[in-house]
Amino acid sequence: MIQQIIFIVISFLTLLMGWIVVTNRNLFHAALALMGSFLGVAGLYVLLDAGFLAAAQLLVYIGAISILIIFAIMMTRRLMQTSETPFNNQWVLGGITSLVVFAVIAYVVLQVFPWQPGAQPFGAAPEVPGAVLEASVTQLGAALVSVDQYVLPFEVASVLLLAALIGAIVVAWPEKKE
Amino acid sequence: MIPLSWYLIVSAALFCIGLFGVFARRNAVAILMAIELMLNAVNINLLAFWRYRTPTEPIGLAWSIFVLALAAAEAAVGLALVISIYRERDTVIAEELDTLKY
Repeated sequence: MIQQIIFIVISFLTLLMGWIVVTNRNLFHAALALMGSFLGVAGLYVLLDAGFLAAAQLLVYIGAISILIIFAIMMTRRLMQTSETPFNNQWVLGGITSLVVFAVIAYVVLQVFPWQPGAQPFGAAPEVPGAVLEASVTQLGAALVSVDQYVLPFEVASVLLLAALIGAIVVAWPEKKE
Repeated sequence: MIPLSWYLIVSAALFCIGLFGVFARRNAVAILMAIELMLNAVNINLLAFWRYRTPTEPIGLAWSIFVLALAAAEAAVGLALVISIYRERDTVIAEELDTLKY
């Protein structure tokens, strides 16, 4: 019961913050709401017993990506002005499309999985001993470098991050004035 | 006692809020922020299915780590592009960046 209340509060805050991100006129406020939304998602990860991912979410999203976005907003400062409309002229169509996508996903989900807590299938998270969940981080670390599992995607991700790092520097490098 | 469907609904709602942001916002930085929201929604889905289907194997955890790394790379390159465009054209409004159209 208490878990359900926590879930509802966290997801309400997450969605509210997400709504502020896409509707607020002031980009800086939108970026702060984005941090709040990331925090809410980290809370959902904790409810899902994925503590490591919650910590990674805090470090990578709130610590790095949000700060990067705030930097970008400040470097394009003129556009923080609040007078003009934040939406383009397709926003009605975009809103209808998003609502239809949500309705379809929600309909399919509720057809397959029950709404009521405790009902089958997957009305409640399967009971797993705490030791198994704690060992999942160890397993994850081993799986990421094990040849049978994820070592190739892992290395590809490292190369991708390196390429993105160099690419970002090259793209943002100021052009030399003659 | 939280049903799996609750997580899926919340993640679908977050995804669609991000989708709306991508469709409707004019500012390129705001579009990037909405994309981050969508990636977060995907991660909630991955971890929910991991917890309810295969909590003894680290499949969902590994995939959400990869999504995290991709999101970081995408944010870095995207924001570098935005800054570069701003320096060149003095605007980051997506509608005004239409050179490729003509």
